[in-house]
Parts: sequence; C-alpha cells; structure tokens
Amino acid sequence: MQKDQKSVRDLKIGEKGIICCLTDPDMSLKLLEMGCIPGEEVKLNSRAPLGDPITIIVNDYTLSLRLDEAATIKLKA
Amino acid sequence: MSQVLAPAPASVPRPATSTPRTAVAKIALIGNPNSGKTSLFNHLTGLNQKVGNFPGVTVDKKTGLTNLTPNLRAQVIDLPGTYSLYPKSLDEKVIIDLLHDKKSAFYPDVLIITADASNLKRNLLLFTQLADLKIPAVLALNMMDVAEKHGVKIDIAELQQELGVPVVPVNARTGGGIAALKILLSQQLEATTPTFFKIPEDLLVMVRQIRYYFELSNDYLAWHYAHQYQKLSFLSEDDKAYIADLVKKYGFQSNAQQAAETIDRYTRINTLLLDAMRVTKAENNEQISNKIDQVLTHKVFGYLIFFGVLFMIFQAIFAWAAYPMDLIDGGVATLNAWIHTQADGPLVDLLTDGVLAGLGGVLIFIPQIALLFAFIAVLEETGYMARVTFLMDKIMRKFGLNGKSVVPLISGVACAVPAIMATRTIDNWKDRMITIFVTPLMSCSARLPIYTIMIALVVPETYFLGFLSLQGLVLMGLYLIGFLAAIFSAAMLKWVLKTKERSYFIMEFPTYKMPRWKNVGLTIVEKVKAFVFQAGKVILAISVILWVMSSYGPGSSMEKAEARATSELKTLNLNEADASAHIAGQKLEASYAGQFGKFIEPAIKPLGYDWKLGIALLTSFAAREVFVGTISTIYSVGDSENIATVKEKLMAQKDEFGQPFFTPARAFSLLIFYVFAMQCMSTLAVVYRETKGWKWPIMQLVYMTGLAYVSAFLVFRLFS
Repeated sequence: MQKDQKSVRDLKIGEKGIICCLTDPDMSLKLLEMGCIPGEEVKLNSRAPLGDPITIIVNDYTLSLRLDEAATIKLKA
Repeated sequence: MSQVLAPAPASVPRPATSTPRTAVAKIALIGNPNSGKTSLFNHLTGLNQKVGNFPGVTVDKKTGLTNLTPNLRAQVIDLPGTYSLYPKSLDEKVIIDLLHDKKSAFYPDVLIITADASNLKRNLLLFTQLADLKIPAVLALNMMDVAEKHGVKIDIAELQQELGVPVVPVNARTGGGIAALKILLSQQLEATTPTFFKIPEDLLVMVRQIRYYFELSNDYLAWHYAHQYQKLSFLSEDDKAYIADLVKKYGFQSNAQQAAETIDRYTRINTLLLDAMRVTKAENNEQISNKIDQVLTHKVFGYLIFFGVLFMIFQAIFAWAAYPMDLIDGGVATLNAWIHTQADGPLVDLLTDGVLAGLGGVLIFIPQIALLFAFIAVLEETGYMARVTFLMDKIMRKFGLNGKSVVPLISGVACAVPAIMATRTIDNWKDRMITIFVTPLMSCSARLPIYTIMIALVVPETYFLGFLSLQGLVLMGLYLIGFLAAIFSAAMLKWVLKTKERSYFIMEFPTYKMPRWKNVGLTIVEKVKAFVFQAGKVILAISVILWVMSSYGPGSSMEKAEARATSELKTLNLNEADASAHIAGQKLEASYAGQFGKFIEPAIKPLGYDWKLGIALLTSFAAREVFVGTISTIYSVGDSENIATVKEKLMAQKDEFGQPFFTPARAFSLLIFYVFAMQCMSTLAVVYRETKGWKWPIMQLVYMTGLAYVSAFLVFRLFS
C-alpha cells in the first residue's frame, strides 16, 4: 500500500469516499465492529471546534473519532 | 457437530411450545449502546431493581424482577452495552465472564437481544455472535418507527425466518410490544438453528480440542476461549496454560481472526438483509441531529452553551434545592423540639442530638442529589453528553485526559465513588489512572453542605441584575477551583506516568432524543437510595459516636468540670441560659471529644482552627458530609436549650476575644481545605478496588491532604 494513499483524515467536510482498508491492526477491529467495513461509503460530517476529533457518517450513523484514528481508514482511489 | 459444519439451514423458528417454566428464569438483556436496552429493562422491572456488583469485579450489575404472567416471575439482568463479544473495556468483559461460563450464578436461560431497527446492520453483528453461542434468545427490535420514517422497511416474518429466533417489535419509549415479549419469554424457547459464522477449517482441530477439554456445548464457544482465555477470570492458570499451548502450536492469530470473522459476519448480514429489509428512500438518518449539532458543537456557541448548562446546574442546586432543604431542616428541628417537651434524660438526648441530628444531616442532601442526578441523567438521555465528550477531547488530551474523562469528572461533581467506577469506559490504562487520580478533586455533593453553610455564614445574600446570586457565584468559584486542581494535577501526572498503550476515541454519536422521564426518575431514585443507605449509615453511626464522645469524659473529668464551672458562675453573674451554656461548654471541653480535639489543635492552629473544628475535621475524614453533623452536635451540646439551625448556632460562636469565630478568613480557609482534602473513606476504598492495590489510594491521600493543608494555610494568612 502506498504511503500517499488518501485516508478519511484527508476528506473535506461533506466529501465522501469508499473504505478500502484499515491499516492499524489494534484499531481495525474496533472500527470494523462499528461498521467501518471495506467497501462501505464514508462521509466526513463535521469537525470539533478545535479541528479534532471529527465525526463521520458510515452505514447511516454518526461516529466520532480522532484524526489519528481517521488516518488509519484508507480510501479507494 | 454436523450442524456447525453444514451450511446453515434457513429454518423457521419453532413456534414456542407452551410448556410453562417452573423455576425463576434468568433473562439477560444485551445489546448495542443506544439500542434501548436500559429503557426496556426499566419497562420490564420498574421499581423492582437492585444494583449490586458482579462477583469478583466492581462493575455495576442491575437486576430486577418481572412478572411474565400473573404467576410467573423472572429475574432480568441488565448487561453493559456492547458492539461485539470481543470486549474492549472492563465493562464489556463482564459479558464474556457471564456468557462463557455455564457455572456462573447469572448464566442466563434466555437472552433478550435488543437491536435498533434504524441501524439494523451493525446491531445484527452482536446478534449473530450471540446466536452462534446457542443460548435461547428473542430479538427485541426497537425503533421501528424511526426506521420507517427514514424509509427503511423491515419484513419481520422474513427477518424471523432468516435469524431463526422470534423477533418482537418493541417501542422502548412507550413500552409497546412489552406484553408480547413477556408472553414469548414465558414459554420454552429454543436456541437458534442457523449458524452464522463458519470457523476456518485449519483451526477446527484446535477449536475441537478446547471444546472437548472444557466440555463445551459448541465450537463457537470454544473459539471464544481460544481468543479470550487470558480475559476469562473463571479459568484456572492451568486451563489458561493449556489454551496458550494450543494457540501457539497452531499459530493462531487472534487479531487477524477477529477481523476476518467480523467482515465475514457483515457479509452474511448483508445477504440476509437483502430479503428482509427494503430501503425506499435514501434519506440521511441524521439530518435533524446534524442541524442541532451545528449549534451545539459550534466553535463559540458550543462552549458557551456547555458553560451555560453547567452554570444552570449549579444555580439550580443552590437556589431551587433550598426550599425542600429548608422544609426538611425545619421538620427535623420541630420534631426535636417536640420530643424535648415530651421527655427528658440521656436516652432522649441520644435520640435527638445523636440519632435525629444525624438523620437530619442525611435527609437534607436528598434534594441536591436528586436535582444533580436529574440533570446528569437528562444530559445523558438526550445525547448531549456525547457532544460534550466530542467538544472536550482535544482540550482534555493536553492534560493527559481523554474526552471520555469528562463524564467521570462531571459525575465526580455528584460523588467520586460512582464517577471512579465510570472510568471503566476509558479503555486506555494511563488515561484511566489519571482520571481516577484527579476525579476526587472535583467538588462532590458531600462538600456542598460545608460549602453551603460556610458561604451562608460569610458571603452576603446579594443579587446582581436581580438573579445572579453572589453566593451562587462563590459556589461556582469553588467548583472551578476543584476542576482546575483536577486538570492541572492530571497534566502533572501525564509527565510522570509512562506507557506504550495507545488511547483511542472511537464512539457512536447518538441522535438527539427527548429524555425518557422514566429512566431519569429511576436514576434519581437509585442514586438517592445509594446515598441514603451507604453514606447515611456512616453519618448516622458517627453522629451517635460523637454524641457519646461529647457526653462522656475520662474518669471523673466531666463532674469536675461541671463543679468548677458552677463555682465560676458565682463570679460571672450570667443569666440562666448563658449559665447553662457555660457549664455545657466546660463539660464538652472535658469530654473525650474535647480531649481529642485539643490533642490535634497544635497541628491545625496555623490554619485558624480551634479544637472544636479539629473534632469535626477528624470525624469528617470518614466522609465530608459528617462535618456539618459533627459541628451541629458539638455546638448544640454547648447550647442545648436552643434548637435553631446550624447556621444560627455557628453565627453565635465567639472566639477567645469575644469576636465572631467564623470570620471570612476562617470560613474561606475551611472551604479551601474541603475543596482539596481527600476526606472520604469510600473513595479510597473504591480506588483501591479499581486499581487493585494501595499505591494509588495512598498517593491520592498524601497528595490531596498536603494540597489542602498548604492552601488552607495560605488562604487563612491572606484573609486575616
């Protein structure tokens, strides 16, 4: 996997992407259980006032997570 | 066996046969967070609830009784909300300890699995895991109305067919569907027939070995043993070593297998929902919530509103709670006076000055505790608490905390004991330890009586702009000092503690909802009960002990004091009331309590305190709220004719120069002392349990008491 692959972290508010893979083994299970499954569409919904954490919409519900965690959700090009 | 390996047959759930049960059935309620689990529990059990601990751990266990039919009762166990059977926190670990151990006292006969229909796919992940454990189950499908509003139509019959268990649509808000659920549960239910996850062929040998070694009823349970043997507290060290060897021998990769299993299950769920679920309009589920979020998590308004909400809570506790508190106060005083007119003697004194004084000291906090928990419950219920977490995470991280620390810290405003238990939702060890360490610095409700009385004594009852009470502002200032001490202590600890573990913050953002008032009501009842019965016992006991200590002295010292005081009276020329007060005061000084207070007086003199406050300081170490009971006992002994409120008695106190004893300097010094001091045995005990050792509680005790002493000294010097 290329280093410069786009991740959820790089999305702009309102922008969508398709999840390609999860890069962090520790975090991936939690994210998978919460519905961040490869192939699902994900939308960056909002940012906290200080820019971090963010909320995303995946599987029709809202999830909040930190930027570091969002960076582990890679998107299909 | 063949059942596990064969492709899952899609069989119709058997219509329940109507053999009624004989013994009391154990029903466990399980489901995702925000799936309506707790509401359902409240509907089923109402006021028949009990809160206890799971054996061996300190996670709250809520159980309750329900009548399935007029003469069939069942015990319902409310399990922590979870997304899967692979626990990420201590809270969730309880679930596997219970479901993976058939010998557990709470091993359920039936599961009620709650699922949010508007978010069925993710909710079914947990369902399919539970189904594979082959425990008889019912799926309670909640929020069908919400799902339909968003264009999601669920074919219940089809879903029932696919899942192989009875599916009951319920409305956890209104209680709809509960009757149908109860009827189903009153009958003999079977385990599900389809198996949703196929264990990989190459690992089946290992799984079977575990299964036969532990005599487990199915492969999936054995599979969980392979994943989680280290977390299962009921396994012996030998058992764990047995599994560890197997896992090593077969090169079993727990993380990778869990991820693969999860993806596999979702694939299966997607196929099964193709037939059972129709999405007619692709409208976003969250539009209204998102609009509200634009305001409530706004850069400026978000924090302003949060601050406003907090301020409103403090105002309410201080202003609104005053009316019922005055009523209780007056009621106890009237009762005391009435008893005194009826009878006299040491036993009556024990009843009035010991027992009733103590009881009054417990009852008077009920309005404040009820109000505080009402607010906290409403914030949780509406979904606002999750937004607070979101707003605060980045700021809290700077101090070595975590957005999730906000909830324990805010709960700490009520009582550190449940707050410290609430830190179990923080998965990261370091974040959790820091949160535990600093939470007792938040001003808990037990400090309120001290704050209230001292503020009432020295802060004038002035109002700005007609509604901002100066006393309220001072009170808020004290809370703020506690909060600042907490976060700065956290920042300090952040540098001291080293850890490699990573903290994460992946959390569902619930949609805004109207609070369910029944849930709010039950929370209030539960917290008030906990306070009255747990703190109440200590307060009452200490109140009685104090009465004894202040009524009796070593040897004949009391008689001598009385004789000396009486002879002094001849030269003093006092009126009758003052004369008896003088005698009582001399006797108190000679009593055990007086000796005790004098013994420690040198240590507290620099803070401006005398031996009377010394007694209160020491007794209130058990629990801060004892302070007020103690001083009321001590001062009422010196003035036993007058049954006035504590405030009036304190105002009348004079120092050795005949000036009012409670000067602003003394009052503020006491206030600061109580802001910081670790005066609570229950908190120390709970920290001991949560950290499994004395290291943390002792560090806390030394740190907080030191901080309290130094600050109180500085404040006293500054104001006098």
